[in-house]
Amino acid sequence: MRCGMFRSSALRSTLFSLFVVLGIFATIGGCGGKKHTASTAPVSTPPAAAVQPTVTLNASPTTVNPGASVTLTWSSANATDLSIDPSIGKVATEGSTPVTPTESTTYMITANGPGGTATATARVTVTGGAAVAPPTSGTPAGISELFAQNVRDAFFDFNKADIRADAREALTKDAEFLRTYPTVHITIEGHCDERGSTEYNLGLGARRAQAAKNYLTSLGISADRIDTVSWGKERPFCQESTEECWQQNRRGHFVMAK
Amino acid sequence: MKAKMNSRGTMRRFAILAGVAAILLFGSARPAAAQDWFKTGTGLGVSKVRVAVPELGVRAATAPALEKTFHDVLWNDLDYSGVLELVSPSFYPAKTPTQPSELNAADWANAPVNANMLAYGNLSAEGTNLAVAGFLSDVHNPTAPIALQKIYRGAATDADARRLAHQFADDIIGRLSGGLPGVSQTQIAFVSSRSGNKEVWVMDYDGGNQHQLTHLKSVALTPRWSPDATRIAFTCFVPYRGVVSPQICLYSTVSNHMIAFPRFRGTNSSPAWSPEGTQLAFMSSQNGDSEIYVCDADGSHLQRITFAAGVSTSPVWNPKTGKQIVFVSDRAGDPVLYLANSDGTNVQRLDMPDMGYVVDPSWSPNGQLLTFCWRRPSGNFDIYVMDIVSRQLVELTRDEGRNERPSWAPDGRHIVFESTRTGTRQIWSMLADGSRPRQLTYEGQNESPSWSSR
Repeated sequence: MRCGMFRSSALRSTLFSLFVVLGIFATIGGCGGKKHTASTAPVSTPPAAAVQPTVTLNASPTTVNPGASVTLTWSSANATDLSIDPSIGKVATEGSTPVTPTESTTYMITANGPGGTATATARVTVTGGAAVAPPTSGTPAGISELFAQNVRDAFFDFNKADIRADAREALTKDAEFLRTYPTVHITIEGHCDERGSTEYNLGLGARRAQAAKNYLTSLGISADRIDTVSWGKERPFCQESTEECWQQNRRGHFVMAK
Repeated sequence: MKAKMNSRGTMRRFAILAGVAAILLFGSARPAAAQDWFKTGTGLGVSKVRVAVPELGVRAATAPALEKTFHDVLWNDLDYSGVLELVSPSFYPAKTPTQPSELNAADWANAPVNANMLAYGNLSAEGTNLAVAGFLSDVHNPTAPIALQKIYRGAATDADARRLAHQFADDIIGRLSGGLPGVSQTQIAFVSSRSGNKEVWVMDYDGGNQHQLTHLKSVALTPRWSPDATRIAFTCFVPYRGVVSPQICLYSTVSNHMIAFPRFRGTNSSPAWSPEGTQLAFMSSQNGDSEIYVCDADGSHLQRITFAAGVSTSPVWNPKTGKQIVFVSDRAGDPVLYLANSDGTNVQRLDMPDMGYVVDPSWSPNGQLLTFCWRRPSGNFDIYVMDIVSRQLVELTRDEGRNERPSWAPDGRHIVFESTRTGTRQIWSMLADGSRPRQLTYEGQNESPSWSSR
């Protein structure tokens, strides 16, 4: 727990509102005094030095690959000294600065002023692989390499076609890639482990591929960019009869269409 | 019954067996003359006809090797038929007839042989031609008209010696089983990986004459013979709109060529024939979900017949009536069997006495029994038979590798299936009560057998 950190945001916003209200009354009081001079005593403005600081912090973009640059932008009011952690330190009351995080990081800005302390955070997620540069037009050369590096398969439980948490994560990133490269079409192959009926596994593979496709279309990817086929248990990725290998084979495998 | 019984399940299993036996004994409405083999197979004590099959006479310039092949195949066909008991050659008298005039019936009717019938004859080769004279005599009634006498003609080759022996065997079985046909001349289609790719192969029902049919150099799966045995429908991986995907393929065993059939989006697999051979049912994911579709044998008039979430696959038609199908669906969790009308209406789940994964159904030719693979929660894949009306069950394999994908023979007395009991996946056959398992393939990985009707 860092010193001076104002943890309770609810309390902070209540106090903030209170001071805003008082500030407004102070302003109104100052301007509207003439109307009420006949029957009320003049309202004195509260001292400005007691206003709670405010600060905002933004990161753009919020998801990058290692080595890519992120711009942090902040602004504040009623603050005199500000610093950003980690690794940036003292900054001006407003501004921006580039950062190159090597792993996912939550940046925090602390703004101190005579009226108190305020903080804000911004999270940057760093995923594996080379930097993905948004294209200016069309499909860039090297798209196959980008596809291989960025598009992940979705894995399934035994006898199931449900999208698990880890598959959701992979498919969400795959959808981001497909949004970035709108001309890419894919085939999702459904695969099964070696156990059980050839015929049922052809069906289960189809069901897995369809489940992955449905998840992508729910994230806004157009269905006509996605074909599905089942390979059942006919094209395994490994041959051993172990739990580990069986899990490797239970997947929706992404292939870029030519 | 081959299966071992543990004490826990023993009483229940006896009860089920007795129940099935009773159902089959009293439930089948067949004329008394045509004995239902299955009753005999469940050990109700019906004694089988005892047949002696000595070596045949060798005339003229016939190579002895041809007689050996003929006799071995004949013996095996009769022995494996399930309706005959063959007398061991160690009891045979020294003198063996090669034609009826040489027959001394008392030698064979009395102890130690105690035979009912004698199958005998002779081979003569002339140049490239082979003629086999085959006879079947009732040794308790030698003066009665002979049960069978016939000349079988072919080439003086090993392959034809096998073929003629199969014919003679079927004629004998037909005479002695009360009219139910033998399977000695039938074939089994299957998938083999031995050429480097999974292709459709065919062999004689006894494992002889194994040869490759398709040369797609892709993946071929799930072959099924048409009811008239002129075509094989199977799942093939071929391109459709630039994507290699599972499709329905048809092969003509008459012309030895592929027959055109439409291709569809998604995954299309597990084709099955209607009893008239005029329609196909198969699984297709062309509209997203994996459902069962029916179409004409040329692919026209495509119609969807299942409408449930999850996978519906492995449709099989009732071969006797054509009015019902059984299929596999995981709409309620694990895949289990469902029964429906052949238009998809009136879907009923076939309840099982335990949880697990039930797949690969096949109907018996009389439309009364189903065989299938069941992986119970205890873990192993085994083959079961269920009476479709009473829903009573018999277990056919146990504790011997994984046993899957059974297919019923046209005589209703045999089942062919896959087993991994030797360490590799091979095709095996057995009698429909689980006895006499016999390995048919040895090379490569072999799976997905389908028994032809003729």
